[in-house]
Amino acid sequence: MVVLLVLGLMIYFTTMRSLPVVQATGVRFVTSSDWLPSAGHLGTLSFVYGTLVTAAVAMVIAVPVSIGVALFLSELAPKRLRTPLAYLIDLLAAVPSVVYGLWGVLVLVPLLGNHVWGPVSEHSGGFPLFEGPATGRSYATAGIILAIMALPIITAITREVIATVPVAHREAALALGATRWEVIRLAVLPYARSGITGAVMLGLGRAMGETIAVALVIGGSSTISASLFHPGYTMASVIANEFPEATGDHINALIGIGVLLFALTLIVNVGARLLVWRTARKLR
Amino acid sequence: MNDPTEIAVRRTTITGRRRARNHAATAWMAGSMLLALVPLVLILGYVVSKGASLISWEFVSQAEPFSFNERGGGFWNGIKGTIKMMALASVIAIPIGVASAVWLVEFGRGWFASAVRFIVDVMTGVPSVFVGVFVYSFLVLSTGHFSTWSASVALALLMLPIIVKGCESVLLLVPDDLREASLALGVPRWRSVLGVVLPTAAPGLVTAIMLAVARAAGETAPLLFTTFGSRVVTGWTSFNGPDSALPLLIYRGARSAYAPAQERAWAGALVLITMILVLTIVARLIATRTGKVRA
Repeated sequence: MVVLLVLGLMIYFTTMRSLPVVQATGVRFVTSSDWLPSAGHLGTLSFVYGTLVTAAVAMVIAVPVSIGVALFLSELAPKRLRTPLAYLIDLLAAVPSVVYGLWGVLVLVPLLGNHVWGPVSEHSGGFPLFEGPATGRSYATAGIILAIMALPIITAITREVIATVPVAHREAALALGATRWEVIRLAVLPYARSGITGAVMLGLGRAMGETIAVALVIGGSSTISASLFHPGYTMASVIANEFPEATGDHINALIGIGVLLFALTLIVNVGARLLVWRTARKLR
Repeated sequence: MNDPTEIAVRRTTITGRRRARNHAATAWMAGSMLLALVPLVLILGYVVSKGASLISWEFVSQAEPFSFNERGGGFWNGIKGTIKMMALASVIAIPIGVASAVWLVEFGRGWFASAVRFIVDVMTGVPSVFVGVFVYSFLVLSTGHFSTWSASVALALLMLPIIVKGCESVLLLVPDDLREASLALGVPRWRSVLGVVLPTAAPGLVTAIMLAVARAAGETAPLLFTTFGSRVVTGWTSFNGPDSALPLLIYRGARSAYAPAQERAWAGALVLITMILVLTIVARLIATRTGKVRA
C-alpha cells in the first residue's frame, strides 16, 4: 500500500537523480579514492572504506559487550534489578545522535586525542593500525561512538531471542549438573545463535547508517588511511558534511553515495530480519 | 564428620577449570553491564552539568545572537521550529501509520500482508540521511527551495515504520473475543474495528505514537537537506521557507569554534534530551499502567 509506494518512490527518485553522474564516472565511482568534485573526480572508495572500518571497530567493541549485557540481564541479574537496568540500557537508544556527536566532539575527541590515542600510537612500534600522528578525530573515535549507539539495539534483540529459549533446554542442562556458564553455552547460545547474529547485523546496519555523530568526530579527510587514529570519512558523514556547499554534479554524486549506502544497509538489514524471523518462527 | 550427606555434597562441588570458566563468564557479564552504563552516565552527566547553567527564560524565548561569539540569546528559533515540524509530521504520519497497522491486523491476508510487514521492518533501518536525500531529490528540487513542510515529510517518513510496527503489536494484543462478540451482535466489520478494537487499544497506540515522536524529534540528518536552518524565529503558520530546529542548532553549535556557541549547544542538548525523555517516560507509563504494551 502506501508503504510500498513510498519505498518505491524513494529508490526511484534518488537513483534517477544520481544515475547520470554515476554512469559518466563508470565503475571508478566505487573503485577510485580520488575525490575532488571541483575537478570532476568522483571516486568514493575512501568513503566506503571509512564506513566499513568504523563499522568494524564498532562491532568489535559492541558485540562482546552487548551480548554480555544481554546475558547479564537474562541470566545473572536479580529479578528486581532486571527491569530498571534494562530500562537504562534502552535509555542509551533514546539519546539522539546529535547529542552523541556533541558529547563526542567536545568531550571524547580531546580526551582520546590527547591522552589515549597518542600514547597507544607511540608505544605500538609502527603497527600499521596504530600509526601516528594520532588525532582525536579519527576512525577509532567514530568507532567507539558507533559502538555505544549500536549496543542498545543488539542487547534488546538478543534479550528477546534469549527469552525464546525453551525452559526444557535449560532444565536439561541443569539436570546434568551444568554451571551457569555451561547452561548458557550448551542450552541458550546454540538455540539463539541465528537470532543473535541477526541482532548483531541490525546493530551493524545502525552503525553503517549513522550520520551526525560520525560527521562530528571523524575529521573529514577523503583519503584512505590504514591507521585507525587518522581522520577519515564515511559515506553517511560525507553526504552530511559536503552537502550544504555542493552544487550540480557534486550534489548528484553525493546522492549517488546515498543510494549506495542505502543498498548496503538494505542488504544488511534484510539479512538480519530474515535471521531474526527464523529464530522467532522456531517458537511458533 | 563423615556422614553421608556431607560426602554427597562434597562430591557434587564444581571444581577446577569448570569453576574458573564459570567465574570468568560471570565477570564478563557483570563487567559488560558496568561498561555499558558508563557512557550513559557520562553523557547525561556532561549534558546536565554543562547545559544547566545556561537554561533560563532567555534561552527558550530568544534566537541566537548575530555573532556566534557573543554570549546570551537562546534556541527559541530551533525549539519553535522543532515543535512546528513535529506537529506537521505527526499529522501526516499518524493517520497513515495507524490505518496501515489496522489494515495489517484486521484485514491483511496472505503473502501481500507478509510483504508489507517485511518492508515496514526494513524501513525501520533506513538511514535517516537517505530519507533526507530522497526528500531533497523529490521535493526540494521540484519546488526550488527549502521548506519546513518538506522537513515534516521527511520526519513523517521516519516515524511511519515505528508507528506501524508499534500499533500493530498493540492491536494484536486485543483479544479476539472482543472482536467476535461485536460481530456476533451484528455490528458491521468496520464499525467493530472503529468502535471496539481501537478504543481498547488506545493507550498502547498512544504509546507507540509518542515513542515515534520522541525518535523523530531528535533527528538531524534529514533536516540538513530539507530545511537547512534559519537564524530567525519563524511564525507559527509559516511552513514554506527554511526553518531552524533544535537538533540543527545543536549540530551547528557543536561544530562551532566559539565557546559561547558550544555552551548554547550543551543547553540545547539538555532541552532536547529532556523533551525526549519526558515523551518516552510518559509513553511507557501509559503503556505499563494499562498493561497494553510490554514495557
